[in-house]
Amino acid sequence: MDEFFVLLVSTLDATIRVATPLVLASLAGLYAERSGVIDIGLEGKMLASAFAAASAAYVMNSAWMGLLGGIGISVVLALVHGFACITHRGNQVVSGVAINILVAGLTVTLGIAWFSRGGQTPALTNDARFSPLIWPGAEALTGVPVIGALYSEIISGHNLLVYVAYLAVPLTWWVVYRTRFGLRLRAVGENPSAVDTAGISVTALRYQAMMCCGLLCGIAGTYLSTAQNAAFVKNMTAGQGFIALAAMIFGKWRPVPAMLACLLFGFLDAVANRIQGVKMPVVGEIPVQLIQALPYILTVILLAGFIGKAVAPKASGIPYVKER
Amino acid sequence: MRVISGTVPRWVDVGLIPFINILLAFLASGLIILLIGEDPIEAVRILIWGAFGTEEGIGYTLYYTTNFIFTGLAVAVAFHAGLFNIGGEGQAYIGGLGVGLALLLFDNSLPFILILPISIAASALFGAAWAYIPAYLQAYRGSHIVITTIMFNFIASALMVYLLVNVLIQPGQMSPESREFAQSAWLPFMHEAFAWFGVEITRSPLNLSIFWALVCCVLIWGFIWRTRWGYEIRTVGFNETAAVYAGINPKKIVILAMCVSGGLAGFVGLNEVLGVHHRLLLNFQLGYGFAGIAVSLMGRNHPVGIIFASLLFGTLYQGGAELSFDMPKVTREMVEVVQGLVILFSGALALMIKPTVERIYFILASAAARRASAAEG
Repeated sequence: MDEFFVLLVSTLDATIRVATPLVLASLAGLYAERSGVIDIGLEGKMLASAFAAASAAYVMNSAWMGLLGGIGISVVLALVHGFACITHRGNQVVSGVAINILVAGLTVTLGIAWFSRGGQTPALTNDARFSPLIWPGAEALTGVPVIGALYSEIISGHNLLVYVAYLAVPLTWWVVYRTRFGLRLRAVGENPSAVDTAGISVTALRYQAMMCCGLLCGIAGTYLSTAQNAAFVKNMTAGQGFIALAAMIFGKWRPVPAMLACLLFGFLDAVANRIQGVKMPVVGEIPVQLIQALPYILTVILLAGFIGKAVAPKASGIPYVKER
Repeated sequence: MRVISGTVPRWVDVGLIPFINILLAFLASGLIILLIGEDPIEAVRILIWGAFGTEEGIGYTLYYTTNFIFTGLAVAVAFHAGLFNIGGEGQAYIGGLGVGLALLLFDNSLPFILILPISIAASALFGAAWAYIPAYLQAYRGSHIVITTIMFNFIASALMVYLLVNVLIQPGQMSPESREFAQSAWLPFMHEAFAWFGVEITRSPLNLSIFWALVCCVLIWGFIWRTRWGYEIRTVGFNETAAVYAGINPKKIVILAMCVSGGLAGFVGLNEVLGVHHRLLLNFQLGYGFAGIAVSLMGRNHPVGIIFASLLFGTLYQGGAELSFDMPKVTREMVEVVQGLVILFSGALALMIKPTVERIYFILASAAARRASAAEG
């Protein structure tokens, strides 16, 4: 029983860490899609900001400079996406694909040109990383059974960006459902001409949404290269942008359910790493690939309408034309 | 001065504007090469030499071209129905699985003359099956095809890893690969085919599947522009409401277009598994499915355009590989950058320069008209 508890705590701890970039990126996608812009470029933005953050943090030896660099490049890419899709009414999916492919190539090309390490960035020292924050009393409580382990492993001991990610969830909820901006954001994704008739600029609103999206993706990417790891590695997002997209859909374009979906997907990932090669009672050995594919399979099943109905914002994917 | 309004001639719309877009993409790529401290002109020279300077180079270029034709056609067929098939990657992977399974079953027992049609059918069927599920979900359950095809890429990848690591792996071997097929079942390489006629050319992975790619171009041209199905596909893509009034069932068309698309993507497996590697392995399809989007956009969804765009990307792939020897800073990933920029400029930003080009055209046209009338008067 005791062994099981230790395993459980370490799995939950891993879940929180794995889910952090997913939470940030799925909230980013939520802002974009709620405003009516489909963004499958989450992956590319995360990758670009992971690279920029690692580079900036290494060169200036500061995690904060890394964060700034990561957010900066991600916002720029979000604005490029906006420029193509909002200003020029280009195909949103095509634009997202373009950003993903461009970034996958550019990060490695620039990485080799600047650091000549086969596309990696040099390892960061602890000053240039976001290190774990130990909460008051965590040390003292470690001896206490159950509560001590829960407090010191799961609540305390994460880095700043983890807390930022989980605080961004209620914040996003508040912004989307309780502010004037949020009301307009939801309206512009459902019925842009109504927003336009009310004298509010659809273009400006969508650009603002894209900037929120860029900001959150930037933090997600920074987390990958300067907090979870200590360097940028070629293609280090490895599909997490798409898992975040799936989580956002799974959460039906709402912040709290999206976060729960991210935690579920993170939990699956943490479990997959732990049961590899372990014989389970009754079912035998579960293929680890099945668990890894489960987020995608679940999302497809959800989209097919077999577990509830996922309805996207009505105007998402459709460029707004002011006059006909 | 007054600008004459109206429509620009066709050559401006389908020739000049796409050309300028691609030029912009290449200019941006050149700037990036400058930024990392290399000479873009020199890079282009090495690239073209690497792709066409040697027989081996040409062989590699055409071998890559073959894959791009398949995935380019795949994306184009879906585009004609107004669908965005972003799942070429997964369909190509599963198409290869189809070829691999067929070969593992029959390679020792059947003659090549039967192996070939079975392989073609298997790759098309498996690719089409992998596209059928997202198509069905789009048509009958209303789920967004872009999202489902992305998810299916990842599911395909997990499935292939599982099968190769646990089921199809050659016993007693470390790397996740199936056993090699019997040599009698291999699709002949081009240098072997030339040798039948007594002509010697350098070895390269180029094999006879390039002819199948060209046949597919002709078949798809006929299918899209000369058959009733193609007409229905284009109608649904152009205006779904009108298609319904014309008695076309868009649901069936969505499934038809996606299955043809998936089958075409599956042929990548033919080139890679039957033609080059002669065994089933991981990630043989990597990147071709996404590159198909760039190829199709650049080729304006027409088989002739797709052949040229594929040749261009084949050149970039092979030339880019050579380039990395001479310019260590410019690697294969630079090709991905060019790809991304082509998709950005000729896809997402396709409409950006249109108003400007049209304005310039009308200014020039009206000036020419005035000069002509002055000459007459």
